[in-house]
Amino acid sequence: MKKTIQELEEIRKKTLDKINIRKEREGTRIVVGMATCGIAAGARPVLKAFVEEVSKRGLQDVIISQTGCIGVCEYEPVVEVYKPGEEKVTYVRMKPEKVARIVAEHIVNGRVVNEYTIGSVNKR
Amino acid sequence: MDIFRSHILICRGTGCTSSGSDQVADAFDKYIKEEGLEQEVKVVRTGCFGLCEVGPIVIVYPEGAFYSRVEEKDVQEIVKEHLVKGRVVKRLLYQESLDKDRIKSLNEVEFYKKQMRVALRNCGVIDPENIDEYIAMDGYKALTKVLTEMTREQVIEEVKKSGLRGRGGAGFPTGTKWEFVYNAPGDKKYVCCNADEGDPGAFMDRSVLEGDPHSVLEAMAIAGYAVGADQGYIYVRAEYPIAVRRLQIAIEQARNYGLLGENILGTGFNFDIDLKIGAGAFVCGEETALLNSMEGKRGTPRPRPPFPANKGLWGKPTLLNNVETYANICQIINKGGDWFASIGTERSKGTKIFALGGKINNTGLVEIPMGTTVREVIYDIGGGCPNGKAFKAVQTGGPSGGCIPAELIDTPIEYDTLVKIGSMMGSGGMIVMDEDNCMVDIAKFFLQFTCDESCGKCTPCREGTKRMLELLEKITEGKGEEGDIEKLQTLAMNIKDSALCALGQTAPNPILSTIRYFRDEYEAHIKDKRCPAGVCAALLNYIILEDKCKACGICAKNCPTNSISGKPKTPYVINQDTCIKCGVCMDKCPFGAIIKK
Repeated sequence: MKKTIQELEEIRKKTLDKINIRKEREGTRIVVGMATCGIAAGARPVLKAFVEEVSKRGLQDVIISQTGCIGVCEYEPVVEVYKPGEEKVTYVRMKPEKVARIVAEHIVNGRVVNEYTIGSVNKR
Repeated sequence: MDIFRSHILICRGTGCTSSGSDQVADAFDKYIKEEGLEQEVKVVRTGCFGLCEVGPIVIVYPEGAFYSRVEEKDVQEIVKEHLVKGRVVKRLLYQESLDKDRIKSLNEVEFYKKQMRVALRNCGVIDPENIDEYIAMDGYKALTKVLTEMTREQVIEEVKKSGLRGRGGAGFPTGTKWEFVYNAPGDKKYVCCNADEGDPGAFMDRSVLEGDPHSVLEAMAIAGYAVGADQGYIYVRAEYPIAVRRLQIAIEQARNYGLLGENILGTGFNFDIDLKIGAGAFVCGEETALLNSMEGKRGTPRPRPPFPANKGLWGKPTLLNNVETYANICQIINKGGDWFASIGTERSKGTKIFALGGKINNTGLVEIPMGTTVREVIYDIGGGCPNGKAFKAVQTGGPSGGCIPAELIDTPIEYDTLVKIGSMMGSGGMIVMDEDNCMVDIAKFFLQFTCDESCGKCTPCREGTKRMLELLEKITEGKGEEGDIEKLQTLAMNIKDSALCALGQTAPNPILSTIRYFRDEYEAHIKDKRCPAGVCAALLNYIILEDKCKACGICAKNCPTNSISGKPKTPYVINQDTCIKCGVCMDKCPFGAIIKK
């Protein structure tokens, strides 16, 4: 199919979103604990939910990656969010249902969802 | 799902492919499917990353983990550990990229630190068989800009302003060449691309074609618009099957999108490109021989003038540029000629790709700003000579170039300085030699090459290179006589002056430059019948050092001609009359008691 200049620009934008991951970036990192304990506790659906949510919103500077055992198997699945210049936030006992709220409030608007964090769980 | 959380980039350039990256890529597909990750992880087959020495190379994003020498059997571990559990497999990482517990970004690795990728910008980043990825990296933006916003004269002006010079070796100003073709009278004009890269050890153009074929197609279309041509041809050698296939795919995709063919982007501009496959004769890289070959004639040079700009393919005005030259064009249009001219030196602008090979730790493909010194390329990027050997010289320009000796290692790499010291930029092959290389032998190697590849049309090249080769053979066999060096020099100057094409005119360069910087080695061969580097077999003797020999007899047992004899407790001796100089004894001696002299 022949493309117009307009269509070319659309392809450019759409594909760039897809391959942006290959650039060296400074942005928010969402790290999901994916050791045996994490996976057993259901980390994989959580990771998938993050990928879906981030791509749905077309967020550019967000990297989703995994890590090994964080050490608090009790609280798995564990997700850590690193924002440049801010302290690390650790979310525990994650579920796919919690993901949308974390992305909307914390990743996009910068307000930590306190009730999901390790701090609030400890208090109980 | 459209967006993948992780991309696995696997080099499918010729270097990594020959060390098995194809199987590695297939294994990734297999194991990713097995783990059910195919919706999350994308496998991308890319062009050359440059560090061919440690291939096959695999880079995993978003972490940017740089895995080297990945084998098929390692893939499952990477998938299970890295992709499933997020644990980078440190054992397989390129060692230098590991800094304590942190993975360095590619730009921090020594090999890449001093490089600047302009022509290779997309190599190893995009999937060369996917036009959308090229478009995402601002592909076909330059063509759009040229067709909608610029006049033909403005395009030529921009290229002239950039100061870009031909990357095929001669360094003719590209913008001026475009202007010649623009001004040439004629109703039909052609735009051609010289992809007949033939220097031993050179693979810059191949890598561009394999890693980013669209950048060449787009540039040729821009050139077609500027000079007034509607047909382009790429002359590429059949020995580059991957490059040929990717070009075919790229041309097909560009035609489908209407970026080649008639009425491109609705602007009324027509331009199409076809491939011409060459059989791989070195002389066909010479522009007039290339044109003959494209016309279906024997690949021999034509006298110039007339130059191709006026009378080229089928007698029509023809623009002929090299692959790497074209690969710079889109960037010049997008970022401006001034931007390009800000890189490099006074008379050599932009960057240049080199294929590093020979006695060097980091064999591979590097792109550096003009003016970078030889030292930076050899030591900082190339990592020096292996096994701690001393750097002796580097040959640039292949069989047409000359050597740069160690004492000139701080020479900046630019067209004119290299010519001044008796070498040349050439197309970008850089063959590194260490203390174990004999310079007479090197000159002989290149002469053998030009002698084989001489097309035979003109006498100076056909006969002259043969005679020079005979003289070199005589010298390396220990039969050299007083006056041979002078004979070589006279012959060389005559060939330089009288050969028909650049192949013949430059064939004597390796001899002239080795005589210029390593005359003592020639003299040692001729007068003392000695090869200082210990390469020329006829001039070598293997000797057992009495004080180191423990009389174990291993050498005698392994000698294929029974030329070594001895008794227990007394040092062994080699019979020089029957020794065939195979070197087995030296390899086998456990005490290092055998040397060659």
